[in-house]
Amino acid sequence: MVLNNIEKLLEKYENGETTLKEEQQLKSYFSQETVEPHLEMYKPMFAYFSVNQQEQFTKDLPLKTKRKFNYKWMSVAAVAVLMIGFYFKSNTTKDDLGTYDDPQEAYNEVVKSLAMISTQFNKGTSTVSYLNEMNKGTATLGYLNEIENTTNIIFKPNK
Amino acid sequence: MTQTEFLNIVMPFKDKVFRLAKRLLVSTEEAEDATQEVLIKLWNNQSKIQEYKNVEAFSMTMTKNFCLDKLKSKQAQNLKIVHSNYQDNNVSLQKEVELKDSLDWVRKIMEELPEQQKMVIQLRDIEQYELDEICDMLDMNNTAVRVALSRARKTIREKLTNTHSYGIK
Repeated sequence: MVLNNIEKLLEKYENGETTLKEEQQLKSYFSQETVEPHLEMYKPMFAYFSVNQQEQFTKDLPLKTKRKFNYKWMSVAAVAVLMIGFYFKSNTTKDDLGTYDDPQEAYNEVVKSLAMISTQFNKGTSTVSYLNEMNKGTATLGYLNEIENTTNIIFKPNK
Repeated sequence: MTQTEFLNIVMPFKDKVFRLAKRLLVSTEEAEDATQEVLIKLWNNQSKIQEYKNVEAFSMTMTKNFCLDKLKSKQAQNLKIVHSNYQDNNVSLQKEVELKDSLDWVRKIMEELPEQQKMVIQLRDIEQYELDEICDMLDMNNTAVRVALSRARKTIREKLTNTHSYGIK
């Protein structure tokens, strides 16, 4: 009876029609010490399946917590830096406009700064005055023309 | 997601991933590398894990694709993966030697199966997945899985019968 059942199951098994439960039945049958001689060849097959089920993966996993660099935050940071920069920049310009409340004081300051400009300017023009010497030099060069005139007179008859 | 949470998700099926990889790639080292690769890929895509309906099935599909790619590239390089798991398990009893030997036959027979049949029989007979799950993992229809399964089982049985009765390898 049991044998009959097993044989039927085997046929179904070979057609790929057994359920997991029926396959379990077959496995347990073939895991016995003794099976029917004409079914002996199935034994290693099922034994192999059960042995293979035991094999395990023993290597460990090098799981690195990946630090994802988020470029979104980088742009936020950049914008923040820019904003702070603009803020400080505008602050400093507002503070230092250089205005005076008292007109007299303002007048004095203007006179002072203009005087400074004029002294610096005069320094510049004084160096320019050397150019007059240059002109003097070129005036004396004018005498050379006289020499040329005389040479012309001398060489004219030869022509 | 923290590491422990991830490991809790992955733990139940990491051995299955490894066994499937080993079934396809044969060598233990290769399979270990493949498993590591698959799990790390999963970890790197952890943000999407919640979106997957079935992480386990998804990982199995990933493993399958990864291993087939690996095999393809090996073939392209004209390299063959040679099975080389040298082990000494101190088998002393005659009975144990015999059993080991016959298990080795099954392993050899299974190595000769086409990849698809290998995967189907691995997923069904060893990992005991439902047919529908296998269809999902391997991207095959129900009949194709059934046919592959039936062919694989018949081949194994025939070859085992030969070895059993005549001692032909």
